[in-house]
Amino acid sequence: MGGLQKKKFERGSATNYITRNRARKKLQLSLPDFRRLCILKGIYPHEPKHKKKVNKGSTAPRTFYLLKDIRFLLHEPIVGKFREYKIFVRKLKKAYGKTEWSAVERLRENKPTYKLDHIIKERYPTFIDALRDIDDALCMCFLFSTFARTGKCHVQTIQLCKRLTVEWMNYVITSRSLRKVFLSIKGIYYQAEVMGQLITWVVPYQFSHDHPVDVDYRVMATFTELYTTLLGFVNFRLYNSLNLVYPPKKLSALSASLARVVSSAEEEEAQLDHFPTEGEDMEKMEAREKELKQQEAQKKLFEGLKFYLNREVPRESLAFIIRCFGGQVSWDKSVCIGSTYEMTDETITHHIIDRPSVDKQYINRYYIQPQWVYDCVNAKVLLPVEDYFLGVTLPPHLSPFVEEKEGDYVPPEKLKIMALQRGEKTGNEQEEEEEEEEEEEEEEEQEEEEEDDNGDEEDDEEEVAEEKNLKKMEEQRSQGKVIFKVTPGKLKVENKARLEQEEKAEEKRLAIMMMKKKEKYLYDKIMFGKKRKVREANKLAAKRKAHDDAEKAKKKKARK
Amino acid sequence: MKKAGEKTALKRSKEEEEEQNQIFNFNRKPADEDKDDDLSDSEDSVYSGLEDSGSDAEGEEGSEEEEEDDDDDKMKERTEEEVSEEKKEDEYEHDSSDEEDIRNTVGNIPVEWYKDFPHIGYNLDGKKIYKPIRNKDELDDFLDKMENPEYWRTVHDKQTGSDIVLSDDQVELVNRLQRGQFGDVNFNEYEPMVEFFSSDVMIHPITNRPADKRSFIPSLTEKEKVSKLVHAIKMGWLKPRRVEDDGRGRYYDLWASEDSSILARHRMHLPAPKIPLPGHHESYNPPPEYLFTDEERALWEQQDPGDRKLPFVPRKYSSLRQVPAFSHFIHERFERCLDLYLCPRQRKMRVNVNPEDLIPQLPKPKDLQPFPTTQSLVYRGHSGLVRSISVSPSGQWLASGSDDGSVRFWEVCSSRCMKMVQVGGAVKSVAWNPNPSVCLLAVALDSVVLILSPSLADKQVILSSERLLSAQQEGEEPAEGNGSVVWSEAEGEELNQGVRLKIQHPKAVHQVVWHAKGDYLASVMPDNTSHLQVYIHQLSRRRSQNPFSRNKGLVQCVSFHPIRPYFFVATQRSIRIYNLVKQEMTKKLQANSKWISSMAVHPGGDHVICGSYDCKLSWFDLDLSTKPYKMLRHHKKAVRGVAYHRLYPLFASASDDGSVIVCHGTVYNDLLQNPLIVPVKVLRGHVMTHDLGVLDVTFHPTQPWVFSSGADATIRLFT
Repeated sequence: MGGLQKKKFERGSATNYITRNRARKKLQLSLPDFRRLCILKGIYPHEPKHKKKVNKGSTAPRTFYLLKDIRFLLHEPIVGKFREYKIFVRKLKKAYGKTEWSAVERLRENKPTYKLDHIIKERYPTFIDALRDIDDALCMCFLFSTFARTGKCHVQTIQLCKRLTVEWMNYVITSRSLRKVFLSIKGIYYQAEVMGQLITWVVPYQFSHDHPVDVDYRVMATFTELYTTLLGFVNFRLYNSLNLVYPPKKLSALSASLARVVSSAEEEEAQLDHFPTEGEDMEKMEAREKELKQQEAQKKLFEGLKFYLNREVPRESLAFIIRCFGGQVSWDKSVCIGSTYEMTDETITHHIIDRPSVDKQYINRYYIQPQWVYDCVNAKVLLPVEDYFLGVTLPPHLSPFVEEKEGDYVPPEKLKIMALQRGEKTGNEQEEEEEEEEEEEEEEEQEEEEEDDNGDEEDDEEEVAEEKNLKKMEEQRSQGKVIFKVTPGKLKVENKARLEQEEKAEEKRLAIMMMKKKEKYLYDKIMFGKKRKVREANKLAAKRKAHDDAEKAKKKKARK
Repeated sequence: MKKAGEKTALKRSKEEEEEQNQIFNFNRKPADEDKDDDLSDSEDSVYSGLEDSGSDAEGEEGSEEEEEDDDDDKMKERTEEEVSEEKKEDEYEHDSSDEEDIRNTVGNIPVEWYKDFPHIGYNLDGKKIYKPIRNKDELDDFLDKMENPEYWRTVHDKQTGSDIVLSDDQVELVNRLQRGQFGDVNFNEYEPMVEFFSSDVMIHPITNRPADKRSFIPSLTEKEKVSKLVHAIKMGWLKPRRVEDDGRGRYYDLWASEDSSILARHRMHLPAPKIPLPGHHESYNPPPEYLFTDEERALWEQQDPGDRKLPFVPRKYSSLRQVPAFSHFIHERFERCLDLYLCPRQRKMRVNVNPEDLIPQLPKPKDLQPFPTTQSLVYRGHSGLVRSISVSPSGQWLASGSDDGSVRFWEVCSSRCMKMVQVGGAVKSVAWNPNPSVCLLAVALDSVVLILSPSLADKQVILSSERLLSAQQEGEEPAEGNGSVVWSEAEGEELNQGVRLKIQHPKAVHQVVWHAKGDYLASVMPDNTSHLQVYIHQLSRRRSQNPFSRNKGLVQCVSFHPIRPYFFVATQRSIRIYNLVKQEMTKKLQANSKWISSMAVHPGGDHVICGSYDCKLSWFDLDLSTKPYKMLRHHKKAVRGVAYHRLYPLFASASDDGSVIVCHGTVYNDLLQNPLIVPVKVLRGHVMTHDLGVLDVTFHPTQPWVFSSGADATIRLFT
C-alpha cells in the first residue's frame, strides 16, 4: 500500500524502442526520405527480446528501431539537405509551371548536393571496418557497372561504378591478393585477401539484364550512392598503401600496361623475418612459414606463361585472373583495346578457347578450355591440361568455398585435387579406379558403423541364431513333440571389447531415458541435425555411386 | 616599288603614244595642245595612283578626231574607241531627270495648273515654253496609229506637251523594268560580297562616328539590376555557379587519423551477416551427385519458395559459353538490400552444446546390482493372453490367470505347470494371499471372485487356510449387509479342483487385491455411473461392504497400504488415499496423466508409482507433494503394469511395446534426501500379439527376479 501506482510501459524495454512511424514523425521526414536516411546511416530495425512488452501489450506486427538510433539521426546534417532538396523540387516545379526557363536553368545549376564522407567515417571508424563491409559494395558496384544506359539509373553512376570497379581490380592485380574464383550459375565469384580480410564478390556474366518490374531501383540507387563513396575512399587508401597515385591516370580494360606502374612492391614483403623462437612456437612458426610459402607460390602460379584469349571466352574475368597470378595475356585486337601480342605469336603457351574445334592449331601451345584457369587457381597448382583440351568432357568444377569437416561428403574430384596438391601423381586410370574402390569400401564401412549406431538392440548374429533354435525347440516341446537331441556345443568366444562397448551403449541409453524434458528436446534436436547431416552425405554418396555405376555400364556396352 | 615601276612603264608607253599622236597632229590647234597639257596633268594624277577615266576618254576623243583622216591599220583601235564614245553619249542621254527639266523650270507641280495657259512653263532663260499646237484629232491619231510604224514607241510628254519617240535602248529599258530587272544591263546583281565586319582588324574604322554620350554615363537600369543581384547574393538567394568536380579529387585519405571517439556508438551495432558462400550445388558444372533427380526437382517445384532448401535448381553446362545469364541476379541483390535496411536484427547467443554434456551423470547400473538382467525361464501352457500373475509369499509358486479360462500354478524354479484349474471364464486378475501362514488365491472372472486353495504348501499351511475359510461357518450366519454380494461355498467338481468360496458381485470384477494381513480383500468393478465400484470383503467373517457412498470417477485399481490402515483408489486421473479408520480422504494425488492403468505402493508405504496409458510412469513421494516427484517417459506405448520389489530397491513397469523396464529406486529414511531413481535394465522377450505386449509384471518376494506375462500367452522370468 502507499505510493503511486506504477504505470505500465513507462520503463524498461518499452522505452528503449520506437516504432517506425513514430520515428518518422519524430524526424519529420517522409517515408522515402526516412528510408534513404536509414540506408545511408546504416540504421536498421531491432527485434526486441520481449516483443509484446515493447509493443505495449499488443501483438500486432511492427518494426522497432532503437530509440537511441533515432535520436542519433536527429542531429544528422544530411536531413537538412533532404529538406533543401524538397524545396528545390518545389521551386523547380513552380518555375516549370510558369515556364520561366532561365529560372529553371538557374535552379538546376544550383541543385543541392550532399557529401557522404562524414557518414562513411562515422559508420566505419577504422579502415579495417570498412574493408569488412566492402563485400556488398563490390557486388553492387559490379552489378551497376554492367547496366546499360536504359534509364534505370544515372549514366554518371554507371560510369562511376565502372571506374571504381576497374580501379579495384587493378589494385587486386597489383597487390596479387586474389585467392579463389568460382564459376557459378549466377555469376563469377572472386575472393581476395586484402589486409587480412577475406573479401568475396560476385560479378554477373556479361549479358544485358532484363530488368525486373518488382525491384525498387530507388533503393538500389541509394545503396549504390553510399557504396560508390565507400569504395572510392577504400580505393584511395589501398592505392596509397601501394605507393600509387590514387586517381590512376589511365582507365581502360585490364590491359597489361596498367599495373606495370609499380611491380616491385611485393617482392620486399615476401621475405619473412626470422625471430628466435622455442618449442611450440617454433612449430607454429614453421606452419606459418609453410603457409606463406604456399601463398607465395600461388601468387606466381602463372608466371612465365603466355595466354591468348579467343574471342568467345569471358575476356575481362580471365584477363583479371591471369594477371593476378603473374601471367601474360592478350586477345584479338578487334575484341578490345589493350591487346599486347597477336595470335600468331610463337611464344604463346596457352590458348584459351571455348569452342568444339579449331581449324588451324599451333603445335607449340596448349588449346584449353577456360575452366582450367579457374581450377588451377583454386587448386593452387597447375593442373594437368589433358582434362581440359578442346572437345574433352570437362571434369566437374568444384566450389573452393566449401571446407569439408569430418563426416561431410567429399566429392571424389576434390580428393583427387587434394592428392595433387600433396604432390602425389595419379597418372594412370588404374590407380584411380583403385582409389575409387577404396573409397567405396570406406563408404561401406561407414554405413556399417552407422547401422551399428542405429540398431543398438541387435545382438550378435550367432546369438540370434541360437535363440531361434531354442525357440523352435520350445515350440516343439509345447506342442508335445518332444525330441531329445544333443547337438555339439559351440565354444562361445566372448569379445570383451565388444561387450564393453555394448555395456556402455546401454548405459548411455538408460541415462538418456532419465534426461529432463527440456534437455531431452535439445538433445533430440542436436542428434536429429547430426543424423540428417549423415543422411544427406549418404544420399550424395549413393547418388554418386549410382551415377558411376551407370557410367561404367555404358562404357562396358560401348566396348562390346 | 614594283608597282611604281609598273606605273612608270605604263606612263612611258602612253607618252610614246602621245608622241605618235603629236607626230600625226603637228598641224593642230593650240587648244588641242592645251588639252595635251591637261592630259599631262591627268597623267600626273595617274601617277599619283588615282584612276581618271575622264581624262583618258578626252585623250581618246582627241584621237577620234584624227581617225577620220587616218590610215586603215588603226581600224581596230578605232572601233573600240567608237564603242566607248557611244557609251559616253548614252550616258548623257539617259542622265537624271534634273537635266531634262532644264528646259522647263516650273518645278514639280501638277501640269493641270497650266491647263488654261498657252504655255506650259518657262525655260532656263525665263521665256515661256508654248504648248505645241494641238492639231491632232482622233482621226489623225488613228491614221497615225495605222501608218506610223513608230507610233507604238511614241510617248506623250506632259511636261513639254510634245511627243517623244523612244529609242531602241529606251524601249529595252522599259521592257527590263517591266520584267522586274535592273535597268542597267551591265549591272551584276551577284557581285562577290565584301566582308566589312570580319574578324580581321582593319587599320581604318568602318564607321568613324564618335561614341554617344550615353555610352560614357553609367546606366541606371543596369545599376538597378545589378543591385538586385547583389542583394540576392547577399541574402543567399542566389548562389555562385557551382564548380562541377569530375570526382577525381573527391576522394582523400578518410582514415588518416583514426580516432576512437566515434566507436562509442557502435556498442549496440549488430553487423549484418555476410551472404553465405556458394557450395558445389551452384557450380556451372557440378559433380553429378549434386544435380537434382526427377523426384527432387518435382519436390522443389511443389515447395513454397520459402521452404526450399536451395533457391535455384542446380544445372550442368558442358562448357562455359553455354552458361546463360542468371535471371534472378538483380532480384537477389535487391533482396539483400532490403535485408540490410529492413530486416530486424537480434543478437542470438548460440551456445555450442555438446550433446554428451546433456546426458545426466547417473550411478552405473553395475554398482546398483542386483537386478534382473537376462531372461532365464519361459512358462508356456496358456493358450490365451495372460492377464495377471501372482507369486506366492514363499516365492515357490506362481499363479497365472489367462483369457483361455484357466488358472495355472507353476513351480518357479522349474517352470513346470503343477496344477491347472478351469474356472470357465476369462480370468481378469489373480492375487496370492500375502499371509505366509495361509495358502489361498483370489481369482477374479466375470462378476465372481473365487477363493482357491491350491494345496501347494505344507500340510500345516493348508490346514490353517482351510481353517480360515471355514472359521466363520461355525460362528454366525453370513451377515448379508449388502444384498448385492453373495457368498457361497463351492461344490462338486469345483471343490475338487480347489475352489473353496465364490463371491458373487453385481457387476464384472476387474481386480482383486489382498490386504497385507491376508484377511481383507478388495475387488474393483469399474463403472462410471454408480458409487458401487469397490467392495472390501473380510474373509474370516464373510462380510462385504462398499466403503464409498459417492461416485468420484471411474475406479481403475485399488491397493491397501502395507502397514497403515490406508486405502488407495486410483481413478482415471488421480489417486485418492483414504484413511479406513477415520473414514475420510487424507490425500489426493494428481497423476498428470490422462488415464491411469496401474498402481503400486512402496513396501515402506511412503511412495506410490502409477503407470498410465499415455506411456508415463509417475513416482509420488507422499511426504513431498501431491504432484509426481518424477515422471518417467521410458515406454513408447501404454504402461500396463507396475510393481515394487518387497525387499530390494527395485521397481518395474510393463508396457505394450513389449518391454519391461527395471529401475533402481532407492528410498532414503532421511527425509531430506529425495529418492534416487535410475533405470537399470530394459528387458525384452515378449512377442507383440494383437498390438499388445506385456500385460502384467511382478517381482519375486525374496529374489531380485521379475516375472512378466504377455499377450503371447507366455510368462517369462528374468533373473
